[in-house]
Amino acid sequence: MATLPIDDAKVARCRVLARQIAQQVQDYIDHHTTVAVERTVLRLLGVDGVGEHGAPLSNLLVDVMHKQGVLGRGAAYWLGRAFRLGVDNPKDIALTLPKLLVNGAKDLPELTPQEEAEVCEDVMRMARGAVEELTRRREQRKDLRRQLHIGDNPQRYVIVATGNIHEDAIQARAAAQAGAQIIAVIRSTAQSLLDYVPHGATTEGFGGTYATQENFRIMREALDDESRQLGRYIQLTNYSSGLCMPEIAFMAAHERLDMLLNDSMYGILFRDINMCRTLVDQYFSRRIIAFSGIIINTGEDNYLTTADAVDKGHTVLSSQFINEALAHLAGCKDMQLGLGHAHEINPWVEDSWLMELSSAQLIRQVFPNHPIKFMPPTKHMTGDIFWSHVYDAMFNLATVATGQTIQLAGVMTEAMHTPLMMDRYAALKSVNYIFNAAKHLGEEIEFKRGGRIEKRAMHVVDTALTDLEHVAEVGLMAAIGEGVFADTRRTVKGGKGFDGVVERDPDYFNPFLGLLEPAEEPY
Amino acid sequence: MVKRIRPYGDRTDDGVMQLSFTLPIPASPRARETARLFLEKELGFKDVKVSAMEAASRDYTYFVAYVSTQASIDYESVQVPVVDTPNYGFAGVNQRIEAELGRHIVVVGGNNGFDSHTVGIDAIFNMKGFAGDYGLERYPWFKAFNLGAQLKDDDFLDRAVELKADAILVSKIVTQRDIHKEDARGLIERAKTRQLRDRFLFIIGGPRLSHKEALELGYDAGFGPGTKPSDVASYLADEVKRRNPKVAT
Repeated sequence: MATLPIDDAKVARCRVLARQIAQQVQDYIDHHTTVAVERTVLRLLGVDGVGEHGAPLSNLLVDVMHKQGVLGRGAAYWLGRAFRLGVDNPKDIALTLPKLLVNGAKDLPELTPQEEAEVCEDVMRMARGAVEELTRRREQRKDLRRQLHIGDNPQRYVIVATGNIHEDAIQARAAAQAGAQIIAVIRSTAQSLLDYVPHGATTEGFGGTYATQENFRIMREALDDESRQLGRYIQLTNYSSGLCMPEIAFMAAHERLDMLLNDSMYGILFRDINMCRTLVDQYFSRRIIAFSGIIINTGEDNYLTTADAVDKGHTVLSSQFINEALAHLAGCKDMQLGLGHAHEINPWVEDSWLMELSSAQLIRQVFPNHPIKFMPPTKHMTGDIFWSHVYDAMFNLATVATGQTIQLAGVMTEAMHTPLMMDRYAALKSVNYIFNAAKHLGEEIEFKRGGRIEKRAMHVVDTALTDLEHVAEVGLMAAIGEGVFADTRRTVKGGKGFDGVVERDPDYFNPFLGLLEPAEEPY
Repeated sequence: MVKRIRPYGDRTDDGVMQLSFTLPIPASPRARETARLFLEKELGFKDVKVSAMEAASRDYTYFVAYVSTQASIDYESVQVPVVDTPNYGFAGVNQRIEAELGRHIVVVGGNNGFDSHTVGIDAIFNMKGFAGDYGLERYPWFKAFNLGAQLKDDDFLDRAVELKADAILVSKIVTQRDIHKEDARGLIERAKTRQLRDRFLFIIGGPRLSHKEALELGYDAGFGPGTKPSDVASYLADEVKRRNPKVAT
């Protein structure tokens, strides 16, 4: 492959700094939990279904614990106390728990240390069962994937977004038949800010389809069938982001999704979700991801939509190092880290494509074992689909020339509407053509020493390093407050969901923190 | 005066158009004929040439076609409302406000309802602006408050009252099944109920909006794709002044 002479010492220094930055926030994470983390624990322990007015039982239970000020002990503990009183199905627990926990649970009899241990052991037994089930599902995915193969890199990733899961399945199958290797179901626009996960199959959404466990199951079933017909394993993606990040990670692990959009900072910057909440939530979501072998897709591509892609290109790289370090702390392996970046430089700037090529190559080299994900132009797209198709073609060429692992196919109707069937087909045809026609381009070219492409990459590394030195000095939370990433400033206690962050008690109990070992072979 | 026109392909009035679409049938000679007849018999086009037929999947077929139409339209009879304020530029807008209004223009902006996208309102508000054109926050004679996305209508209006806003700027990005129109109308209805409709200029923008549609939705002005912050700033400079003749010097 053509390579750029990147200074390994600088890259190594970036990683050291990112590790320091991640470690600082990890101390905070290790002393806190959230309503979303605790709901996830309950879901892992089999609390599924909805109560009155369609509210998920996990929400009803956690809300009671939070209201009574006892969530810091861990939802699993209170579930164990309910079991001990002989209440063992989730609906009955939802009815009983408010009475048990009244007055901050002070009316509950104190248990002897022996009894306390028994409570935890009861829950641990269930938790081990849950983990075994997740293991079984992980291995099932691995078997299918190995038996059918996923196809060559760059992997062709497309979105479906009809709002109706059954229409999504039709479009996903059509896309797979046209060459797509990965299907992402885009979520309804409002979902990231919902503090619960909707239940059941859904047919109404806006700009996308609700992420629900049943929708995941329906789509995976359709793709399993299509994979067998095509003799090629089609991967499925959804979103572990927003206020229900860890819950969706669990649902995805359970329903054998292959990838998840999952980022340590995206929600903070682009959805104004509280940073403490997001940092705690991302950790537990990534513990599940590390265990279940899912590939994450991070959201650095978005930085270049709000900030300038030429001036702020380095923030993509510095954020990738931070995402990498945080994911490592949760046990994720490099092969699970689909770090995101994008082709968003103003296309009318002279040599804009050379700069795109430069950063794509740089990120490929800095993250050689990672399934990096290259995102198509969005910001400078217009309704002129003919020009947009050409612009996407240049993006396709940059993708194949630099050996990206995953490419979200650019569709010429970007900025107009979510892809229609023929739009997606035309986009895939262009991708198929260019990936094949220029398959070995990267092996045949060299970058000119001291040339424009090389200089641009050197500049990006230097600036990213300066960024990281600064972030390591002030800390991640303060740096976000300064607007280091995406030109967006957020405060420590601002944003949505801060009221769902709880300090852990000294005797906090979450059986999964000990049980979820990272997968040796994720996929 | 009547001036009837039709599409230009290769010669005046030939009426040539390019089309593409998908039919829910497998690709086959019969599918091609179906596409042709659909264009000719059902849609009334002439000279139908189905130039491409491809299996988009097993059950769906994609077509590209060239056709010509006999239809024409009287251009002279077409009228469309437009925002006709010239663009005064960053310096020009500030000078006008200073000289003609003599006080700051206060604007609040956001995306109400379902839509969680801030990209539109950010492009108009953020210091950096959009396409090299500074955002409203950068203008010394504007006080601009970006309230973000998924605003509740009442919160949006409360903030406008509290900040004594001259104008409310609404951004709409997601347009699936016209959700943007529903949300846009909702805000105006709420303002009317609260007797606030006439207190503020209501302006809406987004990739699928025009001034005409904005007026239909009950807004004072609308800005479509490609709008720069200085376009909005110029309009506000003139319109706020027009509505506040007493304070003008």
